[in-house]
Amino acid sequence: MTSPTPQTAAQTRLAALMQPVRMTPRRRLLDMLDRFTPFLAFVAVLVIWEAATHIFAIPSFLLPAPTAILGAGIAVDPMVWLDHIWATVRVALTGYAASIAIAIPLAVALSDSRFLKRTLYPMLIVVQSTPVVAVAPIIVVTLGAGDLPRVVITFLIAFFPIVVSTTTGLMATPDELIELSRSLRAGRIREIYQIRLPYALPYVFSALKISVTLSIIGAVVAEFVAAQSGLGYFIGFSTSFFKIPQAFAGLIVLVVISLVMFRAVAWVQNRFAPWSLPKSERK
Amino acid sequence: MRTPPAIHFKDIEQVFPGKSGAPIHALHALDFRIERHEFVSVLGPSGCGKSTLLRLLSGLMLPSDGQVEVFGSPIKGPRDDVGIVFQRPTLLPWLSVIDNVTFPMRHKYGRVTPDDRKRGLEMLDLVRLGDFADKRIDELSGGMQQRVGIARALLLDPDILLMDEPFSALDALSRDEMSFELLRIWRERPKTVLFITHSIPEALLLSDRIIVLSERPGTVRDEIIVPFARPRTLETMADPRFTEMANSIRRRLFSHPVDGGEA
Ligand SMILES: Nc1ncnc2c1ncn2[C@@H]1O[C@H](COP(=O)(O)OP(=O)(O)O)[C@@H](O)[C@H]1O
Ligand SMILES: [Mg+2]
Repeated sequence: MTSPTPQTAAQTRLAALMQPVRMTPRRRLLDMLDRFTPFLAFVAVLVIWEAATHIFAIPSFLLPAPTAILGAGIAVDPMVWLDHIWATVRVALTGYAASIAIAIPLAVALSDSRFLKRTLYPMLIVVQSTPVVAVAPIIVVTLGAGDLPRVVITFLIAFFPIVVSTTTGLMATPDELIELSRSLRAGRIREIYQIRLPYALPYVFSALKISVTLSIIGAVVAEFVAAQSGLGYFIGFSTSFFKIPQAFAGLIVLVVISLVMFRAVAWVQNRFAPWSLPKSERK
Repeated sequence: MRTPPAIHFKDIEQVFPGKSGAPIHALHALDFRIERHEFVSVLGPSGCGKSTLLRLLSGLMLPSDGQVEVFGSPIKGPRDDVGIVFQRPTLLPWLSVIDNVTFPMRHKYGRVTPDDRKRGLEMLDLVRLGDFADKRIDELSGGMQQRVGIARALLLDPDILLMDEPFSALDALSRDEMSFELLRIWRERPKTVLFITHSIPEALLLSDRIIVLSERPGTVRDEIIVPFARPRTLETMADPRFTEMANSIRRRLFSHPVDGGEA
């Protein structure tokens, strides 16, 4: 029955539109360039930086060239690096863990009690408004040697965003779900951990991502004040001996650590609570 | 002796403490009943106390005065033998479709037995989402999510189903589709339904009877018996009497005889 009919003009046009995109070499190159744009921009900045230091003969104590920084970094014994990195990471992670362990239960309590919200919350804001950097020397004097004062300083910096954000998240649970829970007479505890806490996870994770980098800042600030190791201490003494390229190398290691820790938290979120990510960020 | 009605709102007064000191009178001398397996819509302007009715019926709060009876016994506290479907589907995005349907069991008893799961799957079949049991919530359209909400409300096989403007967040097409779906579900699983809406055609299409509430304080202003034969179809909506009734209800809603001004 169906004899091959001659193609209509519309069909021909449609067929042309539906052709797979042909990958010409030129197209492929543009594609690659597009993919690597962020990386290329980064490399370009490095190249310009390197060139500028040579062309304008910028002294290394003002702005060392990237190659000078790299050289200074390599000149330091890897074991020394590891020592400083470990000292900073240890303090940052301990303070971060402590801030999570205290902030989340505290947020649950705050969201559950009008009394606490009216008493404790204002006090938290006062504490938060106190510049921790200014308090750091006092804390060091009070808490003496060891990691403790540094962990406390890190904790103070990392803790507040988690409390605020988690409390907000816990309060953002739709009323209907709370009504469902109450009509089932499921109890306070289940209401919190089967409904409110999971609902707060997107808020919790945004705070965890902010706080993980804050915890590095906290550890470094503490090391500026008093420490015998750690990257903050390393940068401090490099600067005092005018080893600016070496100080920059320390700074870059810090940036890398911050990025890695941030990515780690993002990975945990993606792996264990992908639904809590905005759709555009889901993998 | 007659059997008591499935639901009886008996002379309800509801007063809320207002924010600025002036109490809010939400419901006044509200009195109506719903017979077993009757489908009744409550129609009224927003803020007239419709959702309050639902909270009273699920025992989440007690009326300031009067009482609500279910099959002749007064409601004294939270009860889970009424299924509730909310305006928003309010599902849990971290659970699969089937786990959302069985969530009431997990939430109430801490675990979901294979039997519960079987019943959950049955409910999903009933709302025609049998093939979507293991999907994530965000993979479903708004209409499908509301079906999951209905399946969840039916899980405990309640005698009474409360629906608070369940289709008002849907687009017009899904809304019509869901109305017919609801009628089909109601035919397959007869329930006493209290359906809250502010859509006149929706109320006419679905209900045996429409209770029209006044503006706040909400009180029964009108009771309309819907005469159209069941099963209702698109033909029902095309019936000239349908449009006529819709218009007459609309006219009555927009006149304010109680205000004392022009009627
Ligand atoms: N828990 C409450 N506290 C104070 N006022 C309330 C409360 N619940 C409802 N109201 C008030 O009662 C009135 C009726 O509310 P509601 O039943 O939600 O209306 P509807 O569902 O018809 O829009 C509104 O004015 C609302 O502000
Ligand atoms: Mg309402």
